Amino acid sequence: MPTLNIIQAVNDALRTEMRRDQNVVVLGEDVGKFGGVFRATQGLFAEFGADRVIDTPLAETGIIGTAVGMALYGLRPVPEIQFADFIFPAMDQIVNELSKYRYRSGGQWTCPLVIRSPYGGGIRGGHYHSQSPEAHFIHTAGLKVVVPATPADAKGLLVSAIRDPDPVLFFEPKRVYRAAKGDVPEGEYAIPLGKAKLTRAGHQISILAWGAMWYEADQAAREAEQEGIDCEVLDLRSLQPLDIDAVVASVTKTGRAVVVHEAPRTCGFGAELAALIQERCFLSLEAPVARVTGFDTPFPYTLENEYLPRAPRILQAVRETVRY
Amino acid sequence: MRREPEVSILARRKGANGLPAPAQQTAEAFPLYRVIQDDGSAPPDQIGLADADLVALYRWMVLNRTLDERMVAMQRQGRINFYIGSIGEEATVFGTARAMKPSDWILPCYREHGAALLRGLPLATYICDLLGNAGDVMLGHQMPCHEAWRPALYTSISSPIGTQITHAVGAAWAARIKGDDMVPLVYFGEGATSSNDFHAGLNFAGVNKVPVVFACRNNGWAISVPRERQTASETIAQKAIAYGIRGERVDGNDLLAVHGATVRARARAAEGDGPTLLECVTYRMEGHSTSDDPRSYRPAELVEPWRKKDPLLRMKALLARRGLLGEAEEAKLLADVREVIQLAVKEAEAHPAKPPLETLFEGVYAEPLWQQREQLQELQRALAGDPRVADPRSARR
Ligand SMILES: Cc1ncc(C[n+]2csc(CCOP(=O)(O)OP(=O)(O)O)c2C)c(N)n1
Repeated sequence: MPTLNIIQAVNDALRTEMRRDQNVVVLGEDVGKFGGVFRATQGLFAEFGADRVIDTPLAETGIIGTAVGMALYGLRPVPEIQFADFIFPAMDQIVNELSKYRYRSGGQWTCPLVIRSPYGGGIRGGHYHSQSPEAHFIHTAGLKVVVPATPADAKGLLVSAIRDPDPVLFFEPKRVYRAAKGDVPEGEYAIPLGKAKLTRAGHQISILAWGAMWYEADQAAREAEQEGIDCEVLDLRSLQPLDIDAVVASVTKTGRAVVVHEAPRTCGFGAELAALIQERCFLSLEAPVARVTGFDTPFPYTLENEYLPRAPRILQAVRETVRY
Repeated sequence: MRREPEVSILARRKGANGLPAPAQQTAEAFPLYRVIQDDGSAPPDQIGLADADLVALYRWMVLNRTLDERMVAMQRQGRINFYIGSIGEEATVFGTARAMKPSDWILPCYREHGAALLRGLPLATYICDLLGNAGDVMLGHQMPCHEAWRPALYTSISSPIGTQITHAVGAAWAARIKGDDMVPLVYFGEGATSSNDFHAGLNFAGVNKVPVVFACRNNGWAISVPRERQTASETIAQKAIAYGIRGERVDGNDLLAVHGATVRARARAAEGDGPTLLECVTYRMEGHSTSDDPRSYRPAELVEPWRKKDPLLRMKALLARRGLLGEAEEAKLLADVREVIQLAVKEAEAHPAKPPLETLFEGVYAEPLWQQREQLQELQRALAGDPRVADPRSARR
């Protein structure tokens, strides 16, 4: 099995699916000859040509609206939004068109497509190259939202997303794009959407995380172990559909939960998770559900380390929750 | 009135399908306006600036070029994280900015720091903004090359492409309502002409004859995407026709052409003749930013011809021909500019590397809400408990 980083795994998934199904096309800014600003589409233009690897003009609403039309007509487009921060010009197409097409046509028309986009902070990108917009889309019924943390998951989940009958937002953690390396199965490899991954079993407290923050959660759990605190860590991977059974099983067992995300706290997905946990695990809870998140500010530039919910802050929340 | 040659005969040119091509679809309908010739000569009636101004503007162009080179070097050394330069586009930036009145707003994209410097943004302050340190007027909130400087009426830069275009229309409209003689100058690249805001902005401005100057820096590239993949229009200027406004195409490497066309566009706007879409044809000589290597998408042969068209060489030839700049003066100017930059870097780097912690929560609202107040305290407690909260190396993989 080759060892790949996340960008290479994404590239592998795209290539595998484009070879398997000629309806799969890629479109976006700089994705063609250049291979994408992060090189996720490198080599695809040479292999599949300009009809299937399309450099678009600079208009996200054009990228997504066109992809919707392609999907309606039977293609499986995988549009790239260069940075998740630049998805907002396409918000109308995503929220009012893409997400509602199946529903508003009584299922006569569907839009199976995958919007890939690098998201998240930690690369000194300031507010327009760092945001984590997942909650906007989870909040929009009709969209699926997937966030891989590892190269193998990036490949397996992207393959499933491309084959999925519904539109999927696929957010790639750019902070660990190259740093995260791991073995990735060759050829067709799919991981079902909607399944969380238990990455560390423990009995005292559950840490729920996804994307780049999973690494921080894992680090915090290792440090907590040194202090005698036994953490369980769940990489949610798929936020919509959410693996509610895995969340409930874990928190029912440990009685405590810390939710971690980079996005601002107010109305972040952590709020939904905390609500679900108290609704379903109330009698098992030993402490309030803690949220370790980005703050309620735009994503800052200089103080981004202070802003990000990294391991030291997660560890503090773990300690406080265990001692509650 | 437009000064360009008559173009009516072009209306009879045949299009590819054998039908007459509409005049407005041909580049010839928007001839490139040029003033400074290769030999440095220029028609006297089109110079439009005093000798002292010519020398001063040349100095600004040299300063901007030297600054860009220096900042890229500092990025390579890890002293700043990122940089976007304007090498090759200096005539476009300084020609447009100098043509406006001091009371006119400038709504920048991210490649026109020269306009802010020209209007008095202190160099050291600009460098603090790049460093995001305690001297940064944006309080470390924005990434490099997103400077804002209210004293120069130079508004705040957004990364999302094109958004400032509609803002300019709104500001111009507001000025008209208030009866102010204020014509905004808004900058954007040709990539931005594909954006929603370009369409909305030009349409709104056209319908309402809003006094604004739309300055498109057509530098040929939007990161790796060449102009011909951005739009099937032969020129950017011709897009004006669809919006019912005036379009002009100028040699963006010719300071005097850019300046003259902008002066006229401003005058028309102020007189109630509506907006102008000014296409400044120039070239992005370097990568998009320090994040990309243009060799991976742009053959060197495409860049070569533009080296001869360097706006600084053009200006130098003009000055030499007019006897305004000898070799000794040129050498002194260069040395002088280098020293000014050196001192500014030193001054900027003397500030503490980070603004105070509270600034993270400042400016979200006029007054912080309970969330920001509580979260500041939470962060202070977290830092007191573990200094690694501010240390990037605490949990890297
Ligand atoms: C809405 C949006 N989409 C994508 C980007 C990423 N991006 C940054 S600059 C750029 C190219 C801009 O080209 P152009 O407008 O021609 O300006 P230039 O950089 O050439 O001056 C792109 C695609 C962005 N900043 N905003």
